[in-house]
Amino acid sequence: MLLQNKVCIVTGATRGIGLAIARFFAAQGAWVFVNGRDSQRVNDVVAELQSAGGRADAFVCDVADPNSVKLAYKEFLTKSKTIDVLVNNAGILDDALIGMVTPAQIERTFSINTYAVLYMSQYAARIMAKAKSGSIINLTSIIGTNGNSGQAVYGGSKAAVIGITKSLAKELAASHIRVNAIAPGFIDTDMARSIPPAVFDTRVASVAMKRIGTPEEIAGVAAFLGSDLSAYVTGQIIGVDGGMLI
Amino acid sequence: MSQATLIKCFAESLGIPAEQVTDELQYNTIPQWDSVAHMTLIAALEDAFEIMLDTDDIIDMSSVAKAKEILARYEVSF
Repeated sequence: MLLQNKVCIVTGATRGIGLAIARFFAAQGAWVFVNGRDSQRVNDVVAELQSAGGRADAFVCDVADPNSVKLAYKEFLTKSKTIDVLVNNAGILDDALIGMVTPAQIERTFSINTYAVLYMSQYAARIMAKAKSGSIINLTSIIGTNGNSGQAVYGGSKAAVIGITKSLAKELAASHIRVNAIAPGFIDTDMARSIPPAVFDTRVASVAMKRIGTPEEIAGVAAFLGSDLSAYVTGQIIGVDGGMLI
Repeated sequence: MSQATLIKCFAESLGIPAEQVTDELQYNTIPQWDSVAHMTLIAALEDAFEIMLDTDDIIDMSSVAKAKEILARYEVSF
């Protein structure tokens, strides 16, 4: 198995891409710490993974709140002294034309999509550095690499994740911690289904493979980046988008 | 015991003689105590005293004396 006995934290793991990653990681032998804000939903996912024969624990916190993150890591350290893989997946999508963007929307989007990556990585990097090993996987987006109308806030928050990824890759390489990002295209999640049907169809038409991607297809690449198969890969932004043009 | 452990952490992390680890020694005043060595020191202290330091405390740990003051808040006595 790709991730046998690897200790992995997956943020935003109660649905969508994060849930698919948590399931696949557990199936690949990982000990998965499931993150979410809602303890009931987190515990449901933990129970699901365990009933499928996997090893899982809860990592309940609001990743956008540094104090909440700190407390969650303290709790985590009572269960495990090491982290092999951190997947910074938690994110929100809240589109608006620039003239209608509110300060609260900017703050909330950047808090969850961007600041949280720094808060979570800060502690993970310290723990990984002690073992001189680890892999941090950040979820950016094709909107972060290419931009899109009506998505200045989301695109900005995801472009920042690319800067964080490349900078951390350089800073942490000496500690043998790899840092990479996945840039999904149009993926079949609640987030994608929240857009109007006409926009949905236009998005699918823009994909060279003419279909929406699945969360499992992101999970596969995340498993590669978390595993030793990618031992010499760092600072990379891997598009998983079916040849989407935007 | 804690004092000896603290000195050992500083000396090994910064690569300096134990005699140089005095309360007056300050961050960034010797070439050996730079930001990279500081994070190595933090890891050593966390391991030695079995604690997890808050980010604010890592930033505030600007001298050996300050390190003792901060560690005291984590129930390490000197």
